[in-house]
Amino acid sequence: MAVITYREALGQALAEEMERDPDVFLMGEEVGVYNGAYKVSKGLLDRFGEERVVDTPITELGFAGLGVGAAMTGLRPVIEFMTWNFSMLAMDQIWNSAAKLLSMSAGQLKVPVTFRGPDGAALQLGAQHSQALEAIYAHFPGIKIVVPGTPADAKGLLKAAIRDDDPVCVFEGEMLYNLKGEVPEDPDFIVPLGVAEVKRRGSDVSIITHGKMIHAALQAAAKLEKDGIDVEVLDLRSLRPLDTDAILATVAKTNRVVLVEEGWPYGGITATVAAIIQEEAFDHLDAPILRVTQADVPMPYAKGLERAVKPGVEHILDKVNRVLYR
Amino acid sequence: MATKVYMEALSPTMEEGRLVSWLKNEGDEVKEGDVLAEVETDKATMELVARGSGLLRKRMIGDGDTANVGTVIAVIAGADEDVSSFGGGDAGATAEAPKAEASPAPASASPEARKADAPAADEKPAEAPAAQAAPAAEAQASTEASADSGQQNGAQAGGGRVKASPLARRLAAESGVEIGGVQGSGPGGRIVKRDVEQAAQSGAQRPAAAEAPQPAQAAAAASSGTAYHDLALSPMRKTIAKRLVQSIGPVPHFFLTVEIDMGEAARLRARLNERFKDQGVKVSPNDLIVKAVAAALRRHPWVNASWTGDSVRFYDQVHIGVAVAVDEGLITPVIRDADRKGVAEIATEIRELAGRAREKKLKPDEYTGSTFSISNLGMFGIEEFTAVINPPEAAILAVGAIAEKVVVENGDMAIRQRMRVTLSCDHRVIDGATGAQFLQTLKAFLEDPMLMIA
Repeated sequence: MAVITYREALGQALAEEMERDPDVFLMGEEVGVYNGAYKVSKGLLDRFGEERVVDTPITELGFAGLGVGAAMTGLRPVIEFMTWNFSMLAMDQIWNSAAKLLSMSAGQLKVPVTFRGPDGAALQLGAQHSQALEAIYAHFPGIKIVVPGTPADAKGLLKAAIRDDDPVCVFEGEMLYNLKGEVPEDPDFIVPLGVAEVKRRGSDVSIITHGKMIHAALQAAAKLEKDGIDVEVLDLRSLRPLDTDAILATVAKTNRVVLVEEGWPYGGITATVAAIIQEEAFDHLDAPILRVTQADVPMPYAKGLERAVKPGVEHILDKVNRVLYR
Repeated sequence: MATKVYMEALSPTMEEGRLVSWLKNEGDEVKEGDVLAEVETDKATMELVARGSGLLRKRMIGDGDTANVGTVIAVIAGADEDVSSFGGGDAGATAEAPKAEASPAPASASPEARKADAPAADEKPAEAPAAQAAPAAEAQASTEASADSGQQNGAQAGGGRVKASPLARRLAAESGVEIGGVQGSGPGGRIVKRDVEQAAQSGAQRPAAAEAPQPAQAAAAASSGTAYHDLALSPMRKTIAKRLVQSIGPVPHFFLTVEIDMGEAARLRARLNERFKDQGVKVSPNDLIVKAVAAALRRHPWVNASWTGDSVRFYDQVHIGVAVAVDEGLITPVIRDADRKGVAEIATEIRELAGRAREKKLKPDEYTGSTFSISNLGMFGIEEFTAVINPPEAAILAVGAIAEKVVVENGDMAIRQRMRVTLSCDHRVIDGATGAQFLQTLKAFLEDPMLMIA
């Protein structure tokens, strides 16, 4: 397997799916001539032409709506948001159109659109451009949500998203674009939606997380290993559908759980997972479920404050030690 | 801020407390942890401790008054705080549950326990604990529920509530470990998985517990290689265990044995059987014993009685429970008013009830309400044994086999039909002499049955 970056893996996924299916096209701000704000779509305009790699004005609501309409008529649009922070301008198209048309048309209207773009805080981009927004999208039934944390998952999940007949939002990690990893070259390699993956096997405590935070979890696990603590890290990968079986399996195995997410605690993904665990696996718990999240404040710009607010390895270590009663 | 003083659950089973005496007067300055009052629980006199500091502004009940657990009985507040909203001794204004884990208060022993033990009847729903709301910048701290509240040891954190993780409770139930007896090693003494596992290894198992559901006939081989099989408990087996443990535990037994000559009784029985032959009635020795016991009880009311906790209850009627072995257990059908029935009637009734007992077709009122019981293992050749009292009765008679024995009479040896009976007595009701006198009467009735009508 070739070792490539997360960015290149996404580009491969787009190219392979556009190659495979002429109905697939890419649309968004700067995706064509500029090769993408983050260079994910590098080379695609040259390869597939202006009809299938479409630069748009700065009009999120408009081009998201074009995507939904194109999908309703049978195409498979991939709509790139320059970042998910800008997608909020297109909420109505995503939440009220894409998510609901299948149900409201009694199954007559499929909307096989893929929305994608970078998510989460980078460094000192301020409160408005430093948000992990997957939780609010996951709130809506009717959309599928994936959050790849590795290059291989990025490629496999994006390809699965494009092939899926439902609207899928792909939350890419802005800080992961340069991450390198082995990525399968098989053009039919996909990562199925709704399947979590144990990224590290362990028996003493489970960290359940997704996206960028799997790397902080793995670092924490490596540190704890030196203390003889055997940490299991479960990467949810898909938030909708959620792999409840995998969650319950790791809880049954270790009996102690720390939930980690980059976003805020209130109504977060971790809040939902915690609720599921206590509803379905109460008798497997040997300690309260603890969470690591971003602090419940808008992201500060100041460097030191930003560091304090973001969830990190130290926070995870602290919570793991607490659920282990150490 | 005002601190309400609640009548706290100072014993695991306490539902109300009597305030023996206030140790602080209204207006006294109190500090958190100060003893405010002495409270008599259902078990002992305990100290009620202040959960906050300030002035003891208001006492709502007086010395000697009783209040339900959860009732506000006083208010601690600053000198200038308005406490007029606190009524006097209003039980309805009770349980605004003390803020649960919100305040890092000293290990003032789980307010949850207080909440849990508080009588639910006349309370308004407890206000939600004001915990985790704080939108603090330190979100990492925002999601803790209970951890690290205090470092007390012992899982009986307060009010007798056992703190254990859900997993620990399940494991304990599965492995037969009594969770209350396990020492917790988690925060605040919480019992966790490792504690239960340790307890299970160290053999803190309770004896074949009643509740633990076991698969019927689950055959298995222990690690040592000894073969065994488990038989699931029938409801009857469970009830026997529960009842008898109830008995031998709190009931102080003592035992009296006497040997009775059954020669006359045997002759009487033969005559009776001859007489009732055409009616199909067959009187057994046991039927005669039932009759004699009933007659003797009429003369010894202390043996036909119960301990109720604060009185001895004498029964006006004599209802004899006769233990009958059935598949997988025993049951005691009741011969009501046995002292007023003839032997033939008793014989017929026992036969009929025992038959239906073995078919498990007794109605509840046919096996409840006995005032004295008889257990007869004579047919098994048991010469003598002791029986366990069937609460709330005060005594039970264990009847052994009738056997020919050589006895000395007037200096000569003679062969006689002898039987040993043992009376188990609840010493709270029956003293040695009382029991002995009853046995004397019984012996006289059986050795000379005519005395029963004398």
